[in-house]
Amino acid sequence: MKLAHKDLLRLATVGSVDDGKSTLIGRLLVDTRQLFDDQLDAVVAASEKRGVGDLDLSFVTDGLRAEREQGITIDVAYRYAATPSRKFIIADCPGHIQYTRNMATGASTADLALVVLNVAHGLKEQSRRHLCIAALLGVRSIVVAVNKMDEVNWSESAYQGVVDELDTLANELGFESVISIPVSALLGDNVVDPSPNTPWFDGPTVLHALENSQAGSWSGAEGARLPIQWVLRQPGGGRTYAGMLNGANLQVGDVVTLLPANIATTITAINSGSGPRELATTGLSIDVALDAETDAGRGDLIATAPLPTVTKEFAATICWFGEAPLRVGQRLRLKHTSKVTPVRISALTGVVDIATLAIDANTMLQTNEIGLATLQSADALVVDDYRDNRVSGSFVLIDEVTNATVAAGMVGRAAFL
Amino acid sequence: MTTETLPTAHTTDHLDLLESHAIYILREVVAECERPVLLFSGGKDSAVLLHLAAKAFAPQQLPFPVMHIDTGQNFPEVLEYRDRAVQATGARLVVAKVQDSIDQGKVIDPGPMGSRNRLQTVTLLDAITEHGFDAAFGGARRDEDKARAKERILSFRDAFGQWDPRQQRPELWQLYQGKVNPGEHLRAFPLSDWTELDIWQYIEREQMDLPTIYFAHERDVILRDNMWLAVGPFVEVRPGETIKRMLVRFRTVGDANCTGAVISEAKTLNQIIDEVSVANVSERGATRADDRFSETAMEDRKREGYF
Repeated sequence: MKLAHKDLLRLATVGSVDDGKSTLIGRLLVDTRQLFDDQLDAVVAASEKRGVGDLDLSFVTDGLRAEREQGITIDVAYRYAATPSRKFIIADCPGHIQYTRNMATGASTADLALVVLNVAHGLKEQSRRHLCIAALLGVRSIVVAVNKMDEVNWSESAYQGVVDELDTLANELGFESVISIPVSALLGDNVVDPSPNTPWFDGPTVLHALENSQAGSWSGAEGARLPIQWVLRQPGGGRTYAGMLNGANLQVGDVVTLLPANIATTITAINSGSGPRELATTGLSIDVALDAETDAGRGDLIATAPLPTVTKEFAATICWFGEAPLRVGQRLRLKHTSKVTPVRISALTGVVDIATLAIDANTMLQTNEIGLATLQSADALVVDDYRDNRVSGSFVLIDEVTNATVAAGMVGRAAFL
Repeated sequence: MTTETLPTAHTTDHLDLLESHAIYILREVVAECERPVLLFSGGKDSAVLLHLAAKAFAPQQLPFPVMHIDTGQNFPEVLEYRDRAVQATGARLVVAKVQDSIDQGKVIDPGPMGSRNRLQTVTLLDAITEHGFDAAFGGARRDEDKARAKERILSFRDAFGQWDPRQQRPELWQLYQGKVNPGEHLRAFPLSDWTELDIWQYIEREQMDLPTIYFAHERDVILRDNMWLAVGPFVEVRPGETIKRMLVRFRTVGDANCTGAVISEAKTLNQIIDEVSVANVSERGATRADDRFSETAMEDRKREGYF
């Protein structure tokens, strides 16, 4: 899958409040000259107006009035950057616990997490929570900026202490690539240019690590998955089935299974935005014609082997964002791929203890807690384990009255839980 | 899986992925909402949006109308383009006029030279209510402005049409969920992840039609507040200002009295792409008087229900 994504890296910032995430992104963007002159002028003017010095780098992404007044990040800011070797989509996420839902929003589409830790504080509970959520969401690579090194006089031992603590957790969470870097986001050390203050460090700068990361997109997905979004009527009476392809490639002539009906058929044509094609790759919006006459429609899924599971009851990991606790027996609406169905929480088997990653027995989930649950759905769902497929393994839970999104769900259970 | 052996005709570049994502959003909102509408200004972003919408539902017709909020202060070239482009897709065009809101006494007429930019919000929200729209597609991009950089792809609006940046719905993966209660609505931004350069590269790839004012042409302009404004029915020359004949083009399209021209020799799409690639001023910074009022001008307007 590298072909489609090799030039684009999606990253999200992760870490606790005031450890310097927005300042680091501001520093990266300013030092790689991604800002237009008028945007930089506006940040300078806003800094003066708020009495926070010549240039408050956090204002590059903290663009809301309340964020600048309070000096915090409330919601995700998306920034787009390009260097000669790569394009980046950067999601600068908030650190406060009450905005965990927004952090999860930013991290759910990220390939890499840029973790920011304050060297003087190490791994706070909120940093652990964010790392845990990033791991659950399937982020496999992290770049760790151990920040505010200037405040500890560039102490190697202070740096190493944080790195040791981090490595232990990263190992438990199963990250595949971990690169730690001592930085000062405020002063720019080891962000874009190597620092003269850390002669004991021979690793890359943050920019170098991001430009050379192999994080890419998910490569584990086996089997093609095409959730049907919409049926297009063709001239002459035929129909094609439209959706965004993920997982393996799909080719004209492929034998596919229409689920949940379990009808075997063959792809006879593929169209995309640029016309008919023989083969489609992951991430493309296509519409396909099938050999068999079917009553396929929105919410059905076209798949190649290994086939997903058709089920009305499944175990999942839940990040709960609702204001009131989630309880056993609760009824919600679930959206999974293009399928929406009522569900009931039939069991809550435990809550993750963020400090130890142990599972505590509990029958409810408080706001921002992560738990293990069993769900029963009114209609059959076609699911993969989240570790196998990020699209057919993910769902959201919706409040039936307010229509608010109240949970992120992942089918199955991460290895570290 | 052996992606390495794919023939080159099947390689997927970043424009294919942006196009696919936008088409996916268009289809998802149409499937989940009852009465969507596409907001169309005649600018390059809404032109790309309309082009993508036509692709998303081909060979069928657009399953929603196209709506223009007409301030009455448009560039004539843009109105010509609007009619041409909408007709080419066979869509139904709804025009909601700010003048009607003025005539009904809902907003105060700022006079023939005054900006009607902010008044559009009232006309827009009234039209959404009148037609019962529950979703409105817009061409806004996150790279345009720091408040837009914070907004979800599906952005919830309450019964008063307001955006509350502190209470945005979580938007995980690509699970866009668009259900609203009666009276509320969504704004949907399929071009959220596109940059200005992506837009131009896509227009070039697709060889799209655009309003002629995007390309370099000679025009009478005056310099006001560091912006080149086109002299015409909505911009009168003030004492001390001198008219100059310059080779200019427009980098964005808004009302004639608050959209500045840029000095440019770019007469073709490729020349525009070269120009945009090396620009050191943002498109809104270069051309929009409406964003210069305050630090959070866009956020303030968006909270009220602006595009």
